[in-house]
Amino acid sequence: MLLLLRFDAKTVREPIISLTAIKTGALINILKADVGARKGELIVEVPEDKAKEVLEVLKKMGVDIQEITKSIARNDNCVHCGACVSICPTEVFYLNGENKVELRAEKCIHCGACVKVCPTMALYFPI
Amino acid sequence: MKTIEEINEKIRRGEVCVVTATEMKEITSQLNPEEVVKEVDVVTTGTFGAMCSTGAFVNFGHSDPPIKFKKVWLNDVEAYAGLAAVDAFIGATKPSETRELYGGAHVIEELVAGKEVELRAIGFGTDCYPRKEIETSVSLEDVNQAEMVNPRNAYQRYRAATNSSDKLLRTYMGTLLPNFGNVTFAGTGEISPLNNDPEFRTIGIGTRIFLCGAKGYVIGEGTQHSPPFGTLMVKGSLREMKPEFLKACYFPGYAPSIYLGIGIPIPVLDEEIARALAVRDHEIKTTIIDFGVARRQRPVVREVSYAELKSGKVEINGEEVRVSPLSSYYMAEKVMRELKKMIERGEFLLSTPVERIKRTEVFKPMKQKEIKIVKDVMVKAVTIEEDSSIETAAKLMIEKNVNHLPVIDRENVLRGIVTSWDIAKAVMKKTSKVADIMTREVVTVYPEDPIAIAVSKLEKFDISALPVIDARRKVLGIVTSEALSKLLGR
Repeated sequence: MLLLLRFDAKTVREPIISLTAIKTGALINILKADVGARKGELIVEVPEDKAKEVLEVLKKMGVDIQEITKSIARNDNCVHCGACVSICPTEVFYLNGENKVELRAEKCIHCGACVKVCPTMALYFPI
Repeated sequence: MKTIEEINEKIRRGEVCVVTATEMKEITSQLNPEEVVKEVDVVTTGTFGAMCSTGAFVNFGHSDPPIKFKKVWLNDVEAYAGLAAVDAFIGATKPSETRELYGGAHVIEELVAGKEVELRAIGFGTDCYPRKEIETSVSLEDVNQAEMVNPRNAYQRYRAATNSSDKLLRTYMGTLLPNFGNVTFAGTGEISPLNNDPEFRTIGIGTRIFLCGAKGYVIGEGTQHSPPFGTLMVKGSLREMKPEFLKACYFPGYAPSIYLGIGIPIPVLDEEIARALAVRDHEIKTTIIDFGVARRQRPVVREVSYAELKSGKVEINGEEVRVSPLSSYYMAEKVMRELKKMIERGEFLLSTPVERIKRTEVFKPMKQKEIKIVKDVMVKAVTIEEDSSIETAAKLMIEKNVNHLPVIDRENVLRGIVTSWDIAKAVMKKTSKVADIMTREVVTVYPEDPIAIAVSKLEKFDISALPVIDARRKVLGIVTSEALSKLLGR
């Protein structure tokens, strides 16, 4: 499960990810982090079997949680050039046996890097 | 030994053996060249990539009263009108004056898709062409000739790109992530037309080709032709083109461009041609160059083969770096298969070139007036150490009549910069040390950088001076916007 975690001025000072990992035993993978003095934002991957526990602990500690469900999609402008392949931090895109660009949408972390890179504007986030 | 006429006769009789370049690699790995010549008549090669040097001549017919274009726009994209009255050339990379992410490429795409585009023109108002302006809409059905004429297409191979700098770069080679974050490359390698005829034996002036679905022609060597970085100048009718094989695109931070599908049939006339058609990706070499250095001579990071590039990963400085192609092999395959079908159906005959394309050519750089570099305009910097007081800084600025003080440590290494504005801030905040108010992220230049780089940094970051440093970040001097303005006479 992919989660977008928002920390406010108070929670951003606590070692919340470590605490959550210790309490639940879940292996939490941080995919994207933007942490400042007054607030922070993390995108983390949590194993499905521990998701419920992790959500509970995080909620208790006052973290704002949003589950990421809708991932990157593509329209038929795609010419299968592969410009997106090396840009995506989580390797969503790859060329298949036919040299067509394929998506592993479940890996998408919503960073949007590919949307700006695609020369034919074929990538978008469904609303 | 076969002739093109014999092959054409086989095409007419429906007995020709055509294979795609991909299929040919399989065949050449099993048969010797003599057998290949016996078995195969034609090999279709292909590429599908962004080709900026693309455009179309359009003749719009005469209005009543007639007009001679002074300027003309199609969907607000200006076309070149320095020709006869109602002829114009719409270039792929010309951006729209009103719409973002739209340009000449998109106009061409819409025309090929059968859509109407808005034509707006102003005229000179002469005795023979009195009309001074016109607005109308036209589609390909309404105009006379609409000929794609591309000065440079189908690059044989191209230099791959990476970025050593710490900033993300948006280039015509796509987005380059900082610190060697990725590599991009263009071209289709072993299936690309010119790599399969490196001696230009069958691809020459007059060679009939597949251009975006139309029957097009090679009309000469392309601009910047420099084998093994050969290029072609080609033409074909927009009316015959198929939307599938032409796609407008936009490279962020660069310009619009256009993806074109080009296929070239190579007749297997003799063993030498058969041998050339056996070329593989690992034999096709190019270099990875560093776009982090904004000079014409971008440093070569390493040599690389198309096989390595196509594998998706290359090694740079001991680390694995991911690679993005910019050309579409999938579409190139489609082009080759489509051309193969056209030949098999007898719709596409081969042509004998009327003249050969040069096999050696030097790509000259632009003749320029002397390039000035930062060293020529920098002055000695008045510096200050970080534990100095604000008063010392203020005094220095007034005594030396400067607005910028690079802050250094005992080794003369740049630590920050303070400006007269920072002093004002310090007074308000009641701080006392230079280290408390200095800017630590300093934008700098090197003494060998051309002054154009210094100017663009000043503009980009909206600042008025740049410390000049060496590779160890020791301060060598400073360039100010005043000094540059004086030099450039702005």
